[in-house]
Amino acid sequence: MRTLIGLFALLIIFAPAANAAEEIAVTIKDHKFSPDEIHVPAKKAVTLKVTNADPTPEEFESHDFDVEKVIAGGQSAIIRLQPLDAGPYRFYGEYHEDTAQGVLVAE
Amino acid sequence: MLGALVIVFREVVEAGLVVGIVLAATRGITGRSWWVSLGILCGVLGASIVAVFAGAISNAFAGSGQELLNATVLIIAVVSLTWHNVWMAEHGRQLAADMRKVGTEVSEGQKPLAILAVVVFVAVMREGSEVVLFLYGIVVGGTDMGSLLAGGVLGLAAGAALSALSYYGLVALPLRYIFSVTGFLLTLLAAGMAAQAVHFLQLAGVINVFQSRLWDTSWLLSDSSILGRMLHVLIGYDDRPTELQVIAYATTLAIILLLIRMARSERQPRTAS
Repeated sequence: MRTLIGLFALLIIFAPAANAAEEIAVTIKDHKFSPDEIHVPAKKAVTLKVTNADPTPEEFESHDFDVEKVIAGGQSAIIRLQPLDAGPYRFYGEYHEDTAQGVLVAE
Repeated sequence: MLGALVIVFREVVEAGLVVGIVLAATRGITGRSWWVSLGILCGVLGASIVAVFAGAISNAFAGSGQELLNATVLIIAVVSLTWHNVWMAEHGRQLAADMRKVGTEVSEGQKPLAILAVVVFVAVMREGSEVVLFLYGIVVGGTDMGSLLAGGVLGLAAGAALSALSYYGLVALPLRYIFSVTGFLLTLLAAGMAAQAVHFLQLAGVINVFQSRLWDTSWLLSDSSILGRMLHVLIGYDDRPTELQVIAYATTLAIILLLIRMARSERQPRTAS
């Protein structure tokens, strides 16, 4: 039974995804986020475009909204967020956790 | 320096636990050091390549390259682990018996060694690329390099020590249990990796179903804590899994156990013991 559910899940998994999410730009400079407070609509899929303006790599990470993504120096990365419940969500740069701190507020 | 130590330690432990289980699971099979070393070596090489091309990988597939790469290598590891467990169900008893009889290494089991080397390769490559990138950042950044590098080296040593401890804990088990215990651990490892692969596919936007969180135990054990991370690697612990992650976990577990049962009943229709 569980196998059947799994197979069924696999089938819908690969159905093409329609993504018309709002895109929000964030920049990392001198190991700090700007803006370091992002407001997004709750219960809606959002896309973050994180640009790393530093020459060093950074790992954009959030335990609260469960994202982990390495961004090389001078590169940007697309991060897709699942619809979030209203509330604050912390994110940080794992490689420079003492300065790279930010919060995303779903409302 | 402490930051560098913690980051390197975390990644090394995550890869090291996998290496430890694989080493324990292949105890007494000729040539296992060679295969595992090969896996580690290729993993470090792969990690460096992934790190060098991090930008290109990230930008591939409409910005989902990193997630898709992670999901792909995880799925390869899951398939390898499944294959290994089924092979062991067919041959494990014979292998253990031979080992006890001869009291020394046996040369059967080269196939599972090659397969497990792939698993080691994947684990080292995934965790290693983060270490390489982090260390690269230190070198480029240039600030306070000595102390950061010292932290990195200490983290590497501490991570290796903890992994070695897990290995010696496992091989202290009596030989007759070792294959069943490590087989069980490898099965949970596979289920956890399947759940992680699904998570990456969800992040990549490939999957958009069953993505609500099934439970939240972050108050009890956060998977960003060291213990949480270790359990995450070992049994796939997740403090806030999505529905699909749990489905993937349960399905992988069910499939492996089913295949093992089928392999066993084929091999030994009825045993007296």
